[in-house]
Amino acid sequence: MEEIARRNRQSLWLGAGLLLASVALVALGAAVGSTGLDNLFRTATDPVAQQIVWDIRVPRTLGAWLAGALLGLAGAVAQGLFRNPLADPYLLGSASGASLAVALALVLFGVSPFATEWLVRVGLTGVAFAGATVAVLLTLALARGAQQTLRLLLAGVIVGVVLGAISSLVVLLDPNVMQAMQAFLLGSTSFVGWSACGVMALVALPCLLLAGLLSHALDGLTLGETTALSLGLPLARMRLALVGVLALATGAAVAQTGLIAFVGLAAPHLVRSVVKTTHGRLITLSALMGAVLLCAADLLARGLLAPQELPVGVLTAVLGGGYLLWLMRRRGVGSAPA
Amino acid sequence: MTRRLRSFMVACTAALVALATAAQPVTVTDDRGTTVRLAQPPQRIVSLLPSITETVCELGACARLVGVDRYSNWPSSAARLPRLGGLDDANVEGIVALKPDVVLLARSARIIQRLESLGVPVVALEPDNMPDVQRVLRTVGQLLAVDDADRVWRGIDAGIRAAAQSLPPGVRRTRVYIEVSSVPYAAGESSFIGQVLAQLGAQNVVPAALGPFPKLNPEFVVRANPDVIMVSDRTSTALEARPGWAGIRAVRERRVCRFTPDEGDVLVRPGPRMAEGARLMARCLQPVSR
Repeated sequence: MEEIARRNRQSLWLGAGLLLASVALVALGAAVGSTGLDNLFRTATDPVAQQIVWDIRVPRTLGAWLAGALLGLAGAVAQGLFRNPLADPYLLGSASGASLAVALALVLFGVSPFATEWLVRVGLTGVAFAGATVAVLLTLALARGAQQTLRLLLAGVIVGVVLGAISSLVVLLDPNVMQAMQAFLLGSTSFVGWSACGVMALVALPCLLLAGLLSHALDGLTLGETTALSLGLPLARMRLALVGVLALATGAAVAQTGLIAFVGLAAPHLVRSVVKTTHGRLITLSALMGAVLLCAADLLARGLLAPQELPVGVLTAVLGGGYLLWLMRRRGVGSAPA
Repeated sequence: MTRRLRSFMVACTAALVALATAAQPVTVTDDRGTTVRLAQPPQRIVSLLPSITETVCELGACARLVGVDRYSNWPSSAARLPRLGGLDDANVEGIVALKPDVVLLARSARIIQRLESLGVPVVALEPDNMPDVQRVLRTVGQLLAVDDADRVWRGIDAGIRAAAQSLPPGVRRTRVYIEVSSVPYAAGESSFIGQVLAQLGAQNVVPAALGPFPKLNPEFVVRANPDVIMVSDRTSTALEARPGWAGIRAVRERRVCRFTPDEGDVLVRPGPRMAEGARLMARCLQPVSR
């Protein structure tokens, strides 16, 4: 009981720390722009600078925070669902589906005026979301439901590889879209506005609630499938609902910011390296950790070479991977395995 | 001398001269610094760079082309030739099967060593900016043994000057943002398209210090507040809907020029159609009549 109370306290401290870091990063994000670090107090008198801060910088930073939260949440769910520490949110083919949809949209645009009009209205974001959803549905159809984890995993890998190959083929046939596709694959918050933030927030809250309610299934799954079934959990339905949460969260994040790798993979591990806790808290903390990670990476991507931008996916790998590497070394040198 | 004898001697002399020039070996130094010697001007040419295809055709040797790369689409006769791949995936087997006398390609092409090891003469040319176009014209003219290179260059130069003169002096104050991809990648002063813009007298909001094609923070464009935006990529949809962009002067005054893919090809290729590219940009820079 002592141990459990201590761990609960630890997770609360981590949560508070991450929230504080989030506030600091968002404030910093409003100051980092195309001229590097800017003096925010100057904006009080300059209406153009004010417009830049409110229309461009704040929604970008909030968008990075929300996308990171969605990816961290999806990562924790994926790792719990597949009981695989290497699982990431893109495992069910959602990444390949989104990139194929974006490639097709980029190639077909300009062929007919109708396509142009439709594309401008729905936007590449809607297209990417639709692509991710279709890919996950395809995976579920191939795996014939979410009953067996191994089958789901295999189906996800198959769908991911095949759709990825088709999207590479599409890009090869029309190389004009190669630069735009590469930017999508590396991820960027360049054009995230208030509406995108709104969409992500609308998706994040229900996903977080639903995943929190279903976290018992994930806790049960850590004991093995047969044990989980014997505990009386309606595993098939809960698994399907969790897959739905995974697809929705991933699709929403990918649609707004492109494919940002490593956040979904690293966030749960970063949380687990600090506290040991059940999935209920892990999912929330993972969301916060992913948000902080992506926000920090986005700030660096914007600020390091201003006014040029680095791809944010590169920086998430450097930040998250670097910290994990340091943790592994520290763990290996001194303290006992937890 | 009788008239018949005289005309016979003229015909003989002409034939001898033609034979002499046709059989003259050609020597050129390509962009790698390698000297390439051919026993006679090449009759079967493969070109793997669209600007070089256009240069060869502009110098009157279009009939000598036997194969082009997949992006060469002008003139239409060149577009009908066998397509041999792109920069990275050129079809070596297809090239060798055409038995070319020389292959003209970019210095950064991957197959140069492979072709040379198969005994195919290779001339590597890479026109990156405006001075390069004149140099490549001269080199290709030397290779083809035609004298037209300088005349073609004078024509291009005159065309660009005419395009620049068609603009009012106020164009010097016009600040332009050129977007080449929706990421956004912009065309800076040191890019080819940026140099054509400079020839027309307008200012580029992207300074040369950022390189030819920098990946920009969109905030930079909002801050720079350009008067004209040129978009040479059809994937740049909904420019006006980007956060903060509705306030840019070019968007407010509807001075956003979108070039079609064909026009975009003309604008980004450092080749003989440079003057046409300058005309396209000048048309965009014309002040809107109020």
